[in-house]
Amino acid sequence: MGITTAFSTEEPLGGSVVLTKLEAAINWSRKYSFFLYPFATACCAMEFMAVGGPRYDLDRFGAALPRFSPRQADLLMVVGTITHKQAPILVKVYNQMTEPKWVMAFGVCAVSGGFYDNYATVQGIDTLIPVDVYIPGCPPRPEMVLDGLMKLQEKVTKEKWSDWPRGPAPVKMKC
Amino acid sequence: MIADLTETIVKILFIFSINVGFYAPILGWVERKQSALMQDRVGANRANIFNFKIIGLFHPIADAVKVLTKEDFIPEGADKFFHTLAPFLSLTPAIVTFAVIPFGGAYELWGHPVKLVIADLNVGMLFIFAFASLSTYGVVLGGWSSNNNWSLLGGLRASAQMLSYEVAMGLTLIGVFMVYGSLRLTDIGMIQENFFRWGIFMQPLGFVLFFTCAIAENKRAPFDQPEAESELVAGYFTEYSSMKFVMFWMGEFLEIVTISGIVTTLFFGAWHLPFVTDQMLVSFFAGAGPNGAALLAMLVNVVVFFAKVSFFIWLMMTIRWTLPRFRYDQVMRLGWKMLLPLALINIFITGIVLLV
Ligand code: SF4
Repeated sequence: MGITTAFSTEEPLGGSVVLTKLEAAINWSRKYSFFLYPFATACCAMEFMAVGGPRYDLDRFGAALPRFSPRQADLLMVVGTITHKQAPILVKVYNQMTEPKWVMAFGVCAVSGGFYDNYATVQGIDTLIPVDVYIPGCPPRPEMVLDGLMKLQEKVTKEKWSDWPRGPAPVKMKC
Repeated sequence: MIADLTETIVKILFIFSINVGFYAPILGWVERKQSALMQDRVGANRANIFNFKIIGLFHPIADAVKVLTKEDFIPEGADKFFHTLAPFLSLTPAIVTFAVIPFGGAYELWGHPVKLVIADLNVGMLFIFAFASLSTYGVVLGGWSSNNNWSLLGGLRASAQMLSYEVAMGLTLIGVFMVYGSLRLTDIGMIQENFFRWGIFMQPLGFVLFFTCAIAENKRAPFDQPEAESELVAGYFTEYSSMKFVMFWMGEFLEIVTISGIVTTLFFGAWHLPFVTDQMLVSFFAGAGPNGAALLAMLVNVVVFFAKVSFFIWLMMTIRWTLPRFRYDQVMRLGWKMLLPLALINIFITGIVLLV
């Protein structure tokens, strides 16, 4: 992180007008064009389908195209319980995604382990990978997911050049 | 000389801007809206510039900018050269093939004969086949050079599928050539000035077979075996990100446009309106002077042609969002055991009818 900040173009130029405008334009495009990677492992996936379906329609926000290749995805949606067996796979998928990438913890299991307070479950995916937006609920209602997506869009508009690349996940795991 | 050069450049610019500048981005939007329509959704409509939303037409722009600023990735152990070459190989043929498709008749402008086709080859259809086969290389190379099992499988499937369907497609068109007696697409277009000589009346079976084969060549649902998400992650472009991935996609979209162009030219009267010949158009616009009349007639030709093309694009989109994906053995069975014999029968019947 230190290196990226030191070499970022923004610091020496003090956020000049041109760069800020370009940044805003790119952030605008990024926030309306999330390609999803649905990492669906448990019951929350049903609710994910409901969000994608006709009634709530995630596509209105431009976030409908699921890419099942992590190379093409922007938004990793962790939908459901992550067990310790599953954890290395999640980290691997995160590392395989190309920058810029965002992570959404969908459902209380992904957020904190939820009521699975036991030896088998990861107590929140933020112990493995950086998370941008948490959506609690068991399962969260589609409205909450849409709210979470809009919060993420807000976050994306405030991003800077120097935020990228994020690099690989902080934890090292093999699978 | 100069006039010829100008004419060619103008035509190339026109077709290029229509295909790459208009159809490629707009088809991304059409595809989304079509899927939304079929699934009873609203579809992408939130992207706004200064609060203008114009029914989601800004979404393709957002996608394009985002994709351009995404990390370009070449997997470890991949063949860098071929990995980079593959998307170009699959995009170029889709653009180039439109060169032989006529989008209007032949007129005279300021004493200079103008034909509304970029390259009026006497082997037009063979040229299209040659370049369509070339796009197979892009797919196979992309699959092979990615150093990924799924990519390789997708590439192999794509090559098998495209080659099998090319056989049936070629045989289907033989019937068309027997009827029209020419491989030159402008000749075929000219003959269809007579409404009752339209390809759809002369070769109804040929049309159905050709359209099926063309969708299969295009590798879209129900024939999207090479990129079957449920089996192969994303098929031959699994390891592609950023602009290269979109180039594969644009290739696919432009192929739709080309296929619609070929179908229009061969079976649906090319640039002609039913019962209206080019002479009638010119004499109808005679009030605008000889050059003006020719220009207006050209305009009508172009509009009619691209309206038909858009109709077939819509038809292919509807088919894509209606039918589920076939199993791989079904695809092969359909190609070799049904379409190929039917194409042969079609040739046989056409021959008999022509003789009698
Ligand atoms: S949060 Fe609830 S609904 Fe979602 S995966 Fe966990 S237990 Fe299932």
